[in-house]
Amino acid sequence: MKVLVPVKRVIDYNVKVRVKADQSGVDLANVKMSMNPFDEIAVEEAVRLKEKGKATEVVVLSIGPQQATETIRTALAMGADRGILVKTDQAVEPLAVAKILKAIVEQEQPGFVITGKQAIDDDANQVGQMLAALLDWPQGTFAHSLELGDGSAKITREIDGGLQTVEVKLPAVMTTDLRLNEPRYASLPNIMKAKKKPIAEKTPAELGVDVTPRFKVLKVSEPPKRGGGVKVASVSELVDKLKADGVI
Amino acid sequence: MASLVIAEHDNAALKDATHKTVTAAAAISAPVHVLVAGENCAAVADAAAKIAGVEKVLLADAPEYARQLAEPMEVLILSLATSYDAILAPATTTGKNILPRVAAKLDLGQISEILKVVSPDTFERPIYAGNAIETLQAPTGKKVITVRTTAFAAAAEGGSAAIEKVAPTADPGTSKFASEALSKSERPELTSARIVISGGRGLGSKENFKLLDSIADKLHAAVGASRAAVDAGYVPNDYQVGQTGKAVAPDLYIAVGISGAIQHLAGMKDSRKIVAINKDEEAPIFQVADYRLVGDLFKILPELDEELAKRGTK
Repeated sequence: MKVLVPVKRVIDYNVKVRVKADQSGVDLANVKMSMNPFDEIAVEEAVRLKEKGKATEVVVLSIGPQQATETIRTALAMGADRGILVKTDQAVEPLAVAKILKAIVEQEQPGFVITGKQAIDDDANQVGQMLAALLDWPQGTFAHSLELGDGSAKITREIDGGLQTVEVKLPAVMTTDLRLNEPRYASLPNIMKAKKKPIAEKTPAELGVDVTPRFKVLKVSEPPKRGGGVKVASVSELVDKLKADGVI
Repeated sequence: MASLVIAEHDNAALKDATHKTVTAAAAISAPVHVLVAGENCAAVADAAAKIAGVEKVLLADAPEYARQLAEPMEVLILSLATSYDAILAPATTTGKNILPRVAAKLDLGQISEILKVVSPDTFERPIYAGNAIETLQAPTGKKVITVRTTAFAAAAEGGSAAIEKVAPTADPGTSKFASEALSKSERPELTSARIVISGGRGLGSKENFKLLDSIADKLHAAVGASRAAVDAGYVPNDYQVGQTGKAVAPDLYIAVGISGAIQHLAGMKDSRKIVAINKDEEAPIFQVADYRLVGDLFKILPELDEELAKRGTK
């Protein structure tokens, strides 16, 4: 079975995000970019499926500028087989991303799609579900563990009350949560090997998808700041303060 | 026209997240209708009918909705969608699972986790783990929205809406519920508790994490955790407070042995009062704390427990 893993190039997890003074967005100039951490977990899961003989090929796809090839290379170094870059310099909204992915799914015919539950830049948490809907496939979101069978998959999901296991027919979409696995670090030989793996290039227009944004971002601002905290010297002083505030 | 709110419930009880979503819905397009989809969930529909501002409750009672799986829920909501300007769900794991499917099928973008309704077509939502707030204007037409419930007050009780049964739609039959393992607790729920006490890696072990229990019991508090504590296996995943876990905004949040990673702060910094207990004076959690107690938590926790026992709580 072929597994498709859509990945996104985002601001690195460890970078402190700064809002631009003119409120037009966040400052991305000279900022370290990396693969969305949830997508790294998706790549790891797909590669493990291949290592267990359950997947025959792992195809990684990214939508973004030319530099998104670096993100694809990272996935290839982790063990994916080949890449597809859908090249655009435009910021692409989740619905358009899902439409591009649908077009790729129709070309590639994977049996399973694994992607991150959300990207850590826009925190939308939409693409996996949207793709599943557009394809009329079932979904297992926020995956905690996976048992991939022949015609179906058992996916245990992280839900608000604990864990829930659903059984979905294949083909299906799965989105990853934090504890599905711990992604590997690519070894140097694998990084070298990844340079020779093929990456095909396409454009949204070739796939028949209009990526013109529908929403208008009026501004991006700093969240309200908290301040004026005080240091308390002892537990009894803390309890005094909380009693005075009327919270306990 | 009107807006439709997808009720959050467990077939027996209506969750407070619904009341908060009704508040957001009323600010976008009134009147508000509530969809209760489940199995043997008439009591939930009765509760929803009592929310002030709700004009009508739609009740879809059938076995295929027992677990509100995304695939049959998508078909059901789509069958009702034409009558509404806006379709909203709380940004719980249930709402987040279902609603993007509905949006995609309607060829609409979804507006995720709104914090504020600026006007009926303009919304504030957090991006970059809450490090920035985006003000987004939607195009004219129908809107599909999930709601960060901690950012809205709960709609009051006192309504008397009509309850109308709606016919179940065909189940696509592509998914089925297999099993669940829910955390059992006598304590209040994390997202609606008045007081939350959370532990981090500083607790050091699963056993030590239990030090929070006795304090939580005295304060009638829910117990939460940082991602680091969940990843370390001290507590199950449903304890996690943060951008990728649960967002909470209680009257009092007590962070014990939590350094305060950005993604944790995103899930709790809207709390009314924040207490941080940490041995490292430089820990980022102190930047959002109203009261900073620097010291060894293994000394402080027993002291706090004793002090609360002595002086009592509300």
